Amino acid sequence: MFDRYMICESGFQNRQIGGEVSGFEFGARLPYYRGLGLSMVENIEVSVDGQPVPREQLRLKLREQTYTLTEMESAYEEVWEMGEVAHIQVLHPGGLNPGPHTIELAETLRISYMPFPITGRDTKTLTLPG
Amino acid sequence: MTAKHSVKRGISLYSYQEEYFLRKLTLEQCIAQAAAIGACGIESLAEQMMPGFPRLTDAFYEQWHRWMAQYHTVPVCHDMFLDTKRYKGRLLNEEECVQSIVRDLKHAARLGCKVMRMLVFVSPELLEKCLPYAEQYDVKMGIEVHAPWHFDHPWIMRHVEMIQRTGTRHAGFVPDMGIYTKRLPRVMRDRALRNGATARILDHVSQAYESGVLCEYIIAEARNMGGNPVDMGYAEASRHNVYSQPKRLLEFMPYIFHIHAKFYEMLEDGTEYSIPYEKIIPVLIQGGYDGYLSSEYEGNRHIQDAFPVDSIEQVRRQHAMFSRLLGESSGAIAAA
Repeated sequence: MFDRYMICESGFQNRQIGGEVSGFEFGARLPYYRGLGLSMVENIEVSVDGQPVPREQLRLKLREQTYTLTEMESAYEEVWEMGEVAHIQVLHPGGLNPGPHTIELAETLRISYMPFPITGRDTKTLTLPG
Repeated sequence: MTAKHSVKRGISLYSYQEEYFLRKLTLEQCIAQAAAIGACGIESLAEQMMPGFPRLTDAFYEQWHRWMAQYHTVPVCHDMFLDTKRYKGRLLNEEECVQSIVRDLKHAARLGCKVMRMLVFVSPELLEKCLPYAEQYDVKMGIEVHAPWHFDHPWIMRHVEMIQRTGTRHAGFVPDMGIYTKRLPRVMRDRALRNGATARILDHVSQAYESGVLCEYIIAEARNMGGNPVDMGYAEASRHNVYSQPKRLLEFMPYIFHIHAKFYEMLEDGTEYSIPYEKIIPVLIQGGYDGYLSSEYEGNRHIQDAFPVDSIEQVRRQHAMFSRLLGESSGAIAAA
């Protein structure tokens, strides 16, 4: 549910740390009708132009805090609210070239009342302004 | 001529999830929409439309009560959740579960709700442990009887046994009308087709379900017909949905605190494609039900891939149907 809204159309941009282009980010939402504590967002998987991004190169920026996927496992007090746009950051020195890029996103949620986790998937072509 | 009755019209704001998700409606606007169609009983999910829960401010609760007064609506039900899988590698223990449920009871009471929807996976043992707190806050805990459970399912029978053994007035049920799904939702079938299912197999599954064929047989038949994974997903829907006997509501009426008026697709002719409300509402009237019929629109997830979702219109149609079946003299409910 809400899979097609996972990757946001706006917010796709390269990021800089200390003057260097360190990677890029895009807006993302949960494929779920309620907010969920970060410790229950079991996995985030991203591919860019067909290339899977290694887990260690992913970050989630939720409001003022940035998390690695491992840090999320014990983020017991933080809630990614329903419909809230967080930012998925990909460490990728040099960032992406301007133009269209295909982003694939999968988010796996550990839902307590279901016997198995649910995974939402979205693919969008986003354009980096040049 | 419809008999005199005390059935009231309400809405779970869950019904407006698509618009809220996309930030087309605020919480206040959801309440205003409900009021505009006479759905005065408000059911809410804190974890959906009240960001910051469980740390909501005094200012939030004051605002909530101002809205209730302004829109002439009544807070009826809070839908709790229970994150038993909060910690990787272990489940919440019983004490942690009780603490979480008490947290939700306090919130329900602050909203002014008399009923709290309990997820069906809450056991009778856990529910019994929470009774003193439900009494303290005077909030009735209603186990959601949701498909594929139904009133004669062993899990629900165990809840009935606990309620009768303790004599409690603070545990009971919130039946979801999806337990009376006569036909598999057309919106689910059409979505499966768009996802790559086989029309012949979908139609076989739909027809077999409506004929009351055992779900295990339907699933095996779909497999034998060469069902692909999408076909098999739709065949599994015959296991997750159920058509049970609406008249069984009569035996359990003393324990029914609130009703989830589930629906997937209101047709232009004012009927729901899957769920026979024209059979259900007379039973509620006969049984003297005096709570709310609370709309729960759940069609958006099946159509949002290909069509614009208009939850407001869907809920309006459902309330026009309720108004007719309840014999309200005003009759039609106009679009805003």
